[in-house]
Amino acid sequence: MSDFDADKVAKIHRELHSHLPSEPALRVKALETLLVDKGLVNSQTIDAWVEAYTEEIGPKRGARVVAKAWTDPEYRKRLLADAPAAIDELGYLGKATAHLKAVENTDTVHNLVVCTLCSCYPFSILGIAPAWYKAAAYRARAVRDPRGVLAEFGVDIGDQVEVRVWDSTAELRYLVIPQRPAGTDGMSEDQLAALVTRNSMIGTDRDLQAG
Amino acid sequence: MDGIHDLGGKQGYGPIDIDDQGDPFHHAWEGREWGIAQCARTPGITIDWWRHCRELIMPEDYLGRPYFDSWAQTDFATYIEAGWMTLDEIDAGTSLSGQPAPAPLPAMTLEQVLDEDRAHAFRFDAEIEAMPFYSVGQQIRAARNGYAGHTRLPQYVRGRLGVINAYHGAHVFPDRSAHGEEVHQPLYSVMFEASELWPEAAGSKDKVYLDLWESYLLEPRE
Repeated sequence: MSDFDADKVAKIHRELHSHLPSEPALRVKALETLLVDKGLVNSQTIDAWVEAYTEEIGPKRGARVVAKAWTDPEYRKRLLADAPAAIDELGYLGKATAHLKAVENTDTVHNLVVCTLCSCYPFSILGIAPAWYKAAAYRARAVRDPRGVLAEFGVDIGDQVEVRVWDSTAELRYLVIPQRPAGTDGMSEDQLAALVTRNSMIGTDRDLQAG
Repeated sequence: MDGIHDLGGKQGYGPIDIDDQGDPFHHAWEGREWGIAQCARTPGITIDWWRHCRELIMPEDYLGRPYFDSWAQTDFATYIEAGWMTLDEIDAGTSLSGQPAPAPLPAMTLEQVLDEDRAHAFRFDAEIEAMPFYSVGQQIRAARNGYAGHTRLPQYVRGRLGVINAYHGAHVFPDRSAHGEEVHQPLYSVMFEASELWPEAAGSKDKVYLDLWESYLLEPRE
């Protein structure tokens, strides 16, 4: 039973320094070995989780949601009004998306998502967060210098565009709906989904290309 | 807690390293840690306690170690604190409980894990009797002081004026959840003008939105 004792945990973190192996790979191996030994985890289940988030769950899901919103105005309305229900229609509701909120880019609004306090991310529709999203530089700068951050990603935001930064401080998670690129009339949902980049759904990409 | 984790607006971190090939995991051990975190979180704890234990990692380690490595460090700490594991066992690399080895857990298939992911769509809201104190469009001031334990009010908005953008209903209050208590409190989307937050943003029309619990908010004149 946890006593939820923060001082005790701070002390444990210090002590772990001299008890854990020096390499991350060996530390994680030590954790897995002990948990298996204690009957708290099954290594094949870990394999299945890795496979799930390598092969099945990732930004292709989010791209499918965006493409559907582009082609089906009623779906777009449902997505903006109740994103968890809308992604559940596609079977994508899952880890960290029960309080999902979709925010839409327009000619005059650009949305950018960050978690300054940890690295909260809508796992079941975007998969594992990219390394830069979890890095101190992005977490520190996205709320203070969003245009500078966007420029580093090659996104030039004009003065006429308002940047809205969403800091994921609670259990809400944010999905940016990028604008549909010009010259895509008549494209199928599959073709459109292939145009949607992961970064455009976080907000570090803006002008998607028709192909 | 005014800890190293509260990074919003901190300066000096330099350009962002966009070394991104789109792979979910860059090393096998990252995937192992992800999997462990999905199926073996310390029994009886809350997500907020786990987050707080991650915040309590020594600052030099918090900033210096890879992301999933910090998850493993946090898992070790939560297991040890709750009495499921000891430092001696880490040294020995095996259980020293003296008890016979428990029956191994059954393995889950990919299909079962995908179902489990759907089951992990946890909700944190609940109906409460109290009505929200603030209404959409109302101006508020974020509390001037933080809380010494786990809290989700970042330093960079404290004392600053914002506007209620939306009401999300009552959500589990993290400051108490990190002590193992489940109480719900009104949660709001709050909009801050960038120009209210940052001296260099004077004249900017950009905005920053945070989700903040009612007890993080004050009347504007307070």
